[in-house]
Amino acid sequence: MNLRPDQREIITPEGLTLRLTLAGRSARLGALAVDLACIGAILLGAVLALVYTQSGLGQWAKRSEAHHAAQFLFILWTALMFLLRNAWFLIFELGPRGATPGKRMLGLRIAARDGARLTTEMVLARNLLRDIEIFLPMVAVLSALGGPSSSMVNWAAAGWFLLFALFPLFNRDRLRAGDMIAGTWVVEAPRARLEQALSAGAARPDYAFGPAELAIYGEYELQTLERVLRDGSPAAMEAVARAICAKIGWSAPQGDEVRRFLDAYYTALRERLEQGLRFGRRKANKHDGAVR
Amino acid sequence: MKDWPNRLLARFRRGAAQEQHIAPATLRSDRFRQAREGDWRRLEAIVTAVEKGRLGRLSDADLLDLPVLYRQLASSLAVARENSLDAAALAYLEALAQRAWFITYGPRENFRGWFMGFILGGWSRAVRAIRFDIGIALALMVAGVAVGWMMVAHDPAFYAMLAGQDPARNPASSAKQLRETLFGGQDQDALAAFAAYLFGHNAQIAILCFALGFAIGLPSVLLLLQNSGMLGAMLWLFHGKGLLLDFSAWIAIHGTTELFAILLAGAGGIHIGRAIAFPGELSVMESVAAAGRRTAPVMLGVVLMLLVAGMLEGFARQLIDSTPQRLLVGGFMLTFWLVYFFVFGPRK
Repeated sequence: MNLRPDQREIITPEGLTLRLTLAGRSARLGALAVDLACIGAILLGAVLALVYTQSGLGQWAKRSEAHHAAQFLFILWTALMFLLRNAWFLIFELGPRGATPGKRMLGLRIAARDGARLTTEMVLARNLLRDIEIFLPMVAVLSALGGPSSSMVNWAAAGWFLLFALFPLFNRDRLRAGDMIAGTWVVEAPRARLEQALSAGAARPDYAFGPAELAIYGEYELQTLERVLRDGSPAAMEAVARAICAKIGWSAPQGDEVRRFLDAYYTALRERLEQGLRFGRRKANKHDGAVR
Repeated sequence: MKDWPNRLLARFRRGAAQEQHIAPATLRSDRFRQAREGDWRRLEAIVTAVEKGRLGRLSDADLLDLPVLYRQLASSLAVARENSLDAAALAYLEALAQRAWFITYGPRENFRGWFMGFILGGWSRAVRAIRFDIGIALALMVAGVAVGWMMVAHDPAFYAMLAGQDPARNPASSAKQLRETLFGGQDQDALAAFAAYLFGHNAQIAILCFALGFAIGLPSVLLLLQNSGMLGAMLWLFHGKGLLLDFSAWIAIHGTTELFAILLAGAGGIHIGRAIAFPGELSVMESVAAAGRRTAPVMLGVVLMLLVAGMLEGFARQLIDSTPQRLLVGGFMLTFWLVYFFVFGPRK
């Protein structure tokens, strides 16, 4: 199978080739939005709690104690701001799933680009640059939009920071500046259930296909047929059965017979193509003449 | 582990029992799949548990078998790719192999374990690894101080440009006014808040200084020059009023930590910038990635140092009100860091 443009192959230390799918830029933006929303929600909650506590302090009898408590609140606030800004992404990406809540929600994770182990240093490095990629561009653009005076300077600063923010748009592997520094990339976290094998379920059917009838199709058609069978839409199955029968010169099956015919044809075709595989002959699609 | 013959038998028995329910497969690839499906599903269960962080629910046997099952799956996948055209099973195997690979080759240790290693030598090694860049950054800072001093000495009007407008500290203020900025801060009562504010502010600047190394290191150099130029200007100002030693002690008590941290952050930025500009034999991407991984622990250290510096500046400088004691604390901190970074540290 050929690689899609968004797929990359890495070779694991066991010599196994794994095919990773790069995360889409929109998916990553979505993940970032989810994370920022989480951070925003926590900040909002913290502000409300702090303001509430602060207003309660006013009723305290001793002024110096109230002052100390207010100081403590300020320290809490500073620590929280710092942690949310710098540690949110870091802590989650160090976990076994290698993903922040936003990434997890959108089915993404980070991985080392060279196929080796993902290390703590990498996660640290990729998150150290988040500041100039997310927060400073946001501040710069907002201040350029809102700033009445010296707007040229503001826009120049905003444009400069936007270069960092938009970095993933300008390279093939969709790396952020932080990914580049750390040697990581963001890939789709694979999810697949093991489906029942189509060919194993049914008992041996009473159709017999000769070599001539099976030689017309290749792997591509086999996979298309598998998809149609798994979808199980009667109209599609009937159309496919009619197309196959037209090709091999049989009369098209009707009603319940359609499914049985297609199952039998699928099994027989797969058997023949797999036999070809074992002898080193691949037939990629119907135009491929490898299997005679 | 003594009951392994029974477990082995049980596995075979389970396999046989399954085959009674499922019709014997006609295709060779399906028989291949049926024989291994139980192991695949077991691996999937283990991987799912690890991903969800439910390590407690896994038995020791499961954890011990994880690498074995992963290698079996890897070979299953290699065989299936060449022999099977069951697209659904192949997709499942590909996905499971990736998930198991992420688990097997995920971060080996938890953050706490890594952090202990970091304190006990990893930090020092990381700092020593970029000593050339530390040298460059140090030279830049010394040059910045000298230039700042000379600019202001040439024309005091530069002071406001370098060190900002400050009603208490400017070329027009008297020696008494300047003295007051150095001493007598111990009756302030918002020290802790001040320390927290200083830490947050400085740490963000240091991270910025490092991150901007990505722009070939030039912004890091500028930030270093600007900060040290400001220091040079202030040194000149206090020198003019005969307060150079007092001022130096006032800076040194936290500055030996804080300026050291800024020096390291700048050195990290320069290291990254150098890796981009002069990758040498590696490709730019490899060179940058290696530099980033080398400097990331340094930056974690910088944040810790700034935490210490914030406390020294917020508490110690305000509470210790004499020049010799301030010099002593500052000197001690400098010695501590130098020993910790360049003398201490078992080589790996």
